[in-house]
Amino acid sequence: MSDADASTLGNKNDAPGKTLLSVDDASIRLAGQWILKNINLQIERGQTVSIIGESGCGKTVFMKTLVGLLRPTSGRVTFGGVNLSTSDPKAMASIRRRIGFVFQNAALFDSMTIYENIAFPLRHNESHRPESQVRDLVMQHLQEVGLPTESALKRPAELSGGMRKRVGLARALILRPELVVYDEPTTGLDPIMSDVINELILDTRRRYPVTSIVVTHDMRTARKVSDRVLMFFPRRRLEDNDSQVLFDGPPSGLETSDDRRVRQFVRGEAGDRLREMSMGNL
Amino acid sequence: MDVALSIVSSASPPVSSIPRAPVSPFVQWVTDWGSAVVDAITTVGDLGLFAWQMLQWLFTRRPAKGTILVNFYQVGALSLPVVALTGTFIGMVLAVQSHGQFRAIGLETHLGAVINKSLVNELGPVLAATMLAGRVGSAMAAVLGTMRVTEQIDALSSMGADPIHYLVVPRFLACIFLIPALTIMADFMGIVGGYFYSVVILGIDHAAYLNHSQEGVTGFDLFIGIFKSVFFGAVIAIMSCYRGFHCKPGAEGVGTAATTAFVYSFVLILALDLVLTIILNSIYYSLYPGGGSFI
Repeated sequence: MSDADASTLGNKNDAPGKTLLSVDDASIRLAGQWILKNINLQIERGQTVSIIGESGCGKTVFMKTLVGLLRPTSGRVTFGGVNLSTSDPKAMASIRRRIGFVFQNAALFDSMTIYENIAFPLRHNESHRPESQVRDLVMQHLQEVGLPTESALKRPAELSGGMRKRVGLARALILRPELVVYDEPTTGLDPIMSDVINELILDTRRRYPVTSIVVTHDMRTARKVSDRVLMFFPRRRLEDNDSQVLFDGPPSGLETSDDRRVRQFVRGEAGDRLREMSMGNL
Repeated sequence: MDVALSIVSSASPPVSSIPRAPVSPFVQWVTDWGSAVVDAITTVGDLGLFAWQMLQWLFTRRPAKGTILVNFYQVGALSLPVVALTGTFIGMVLAVQSHGQFRAIGLETHLGAVINKSLVNELGPVLAATMLAGRVGSAMAAVLGTMRVTEQIDALSSMGADPIHYLVVPRFLACIFLIPALTIMADFMGIVGGYFYSVVILGIDHAAYLNHSQEGVTGFDLFIGIFKSVFFGAVIAIMSCYRGFHCKPGAEGVGTAATTAFVYSFVLILALDLVLTIILNSIYYSLYPGGGSFI
């Protein structure tokens, strides 16, 4: 895909109702700087889309915008036909129940046990459920992510990084969301635990009819779990540092991309990047 | 490494090192002050919106289950011993400081009236508020700041829970409902401390001390102190939670949030104390021009 048409992604002629998430000409400006500009994207139901890119290119900001934690400065983000950019807080709260979010460092509540962490979305959003049902669901999800039931009474600080991420996944899945968003799911984990997380992402997709967005810079994760890969790239100049999207296609297309920067990223080669950085022209 | 260095040195200067057009000191001065004023106005507006959102949640939805008791315990039960202890010392210090002057004019037995009025009117509520801001306010800012930095606040939002409703409302309620109790404790222990030092250590007559103490303090004095304390509690909760919610990343950010929460709360407590005292005294003297008893 050439640079010229790189920021326009997805097939705009998708059948209505099939598209779960749509981004139309969205730009985001934070702290006086453009982080993203004119991004167009459509994600269909059931797809697993990975967003890859260098550190600081705006992946996490984009992901938070996709789920309504940030609002675009201009343009719009539509989830299931609802415009997140203009929704009131009540509507947003109801939409967020349909989205599971697995944070980079799990973001478990320190003051709660693992059981309470996983039960939190249920207790908050489905308070009518009897405690026996909550307990059954929590234990079921603990088992699904491969954690022993004894860990339910532990605090997050007592768990390893991989276990915390699995608890975060269990918490994100307990409300049966339509969309699960993973923020750097394998960062900081050893290769085996990274693969365990990748398997869990695939397993989740097999078990539930869920759409997934995986933000990562781990190429193995992108290759293993994705139907589509988007690659973001920062374009740092004197006046702006907006990200552009360089690649949208299946993981197998990364190695043979027309764009030199995509190939460099995939191969982990710096090339003449240092020179470009020193010129402020990354 | 040599190759890398040679590439850097042969390249154009980095963007950050490209010189800007010279700016006169006056223009720079105006720019700096303008920026500071805009930042200050933005912060005040942001704080106002934060407080408004909190009040909206307060009156439209019950606090989340399981959040009230734990905050009441943190704010009330755990603060009680330290407030009692400091109140006792303040009462004794007042006795030590005032005794010399009162003895010189032969009014030693009136010491209790001055100690008790000072405590009930001013020192009790301000002391309780200061201890609350230091012990609880800083902790609130640090906890919420850590939650912000570790994305726990984002996690709350992502699960459909409003962070202000879930985290701020219970802390606000705990502060405004329990600071009167802490104030009463500070008053009581200060009075006990003053009595102990005056009567037991300094040997002032017990009956005379108590008689004059009763004359010196009115119901209005007690009311004014407790009434003011509710406002102090509100200021501590809002300021501390706001600083926590707007914590900058990293350990330094959390530390700064905790420190500024206390400093801003303390300054606001003293400013509010002055304003409320003037207003309440004006109301009192317009109702009772002769300075009669409130109750």
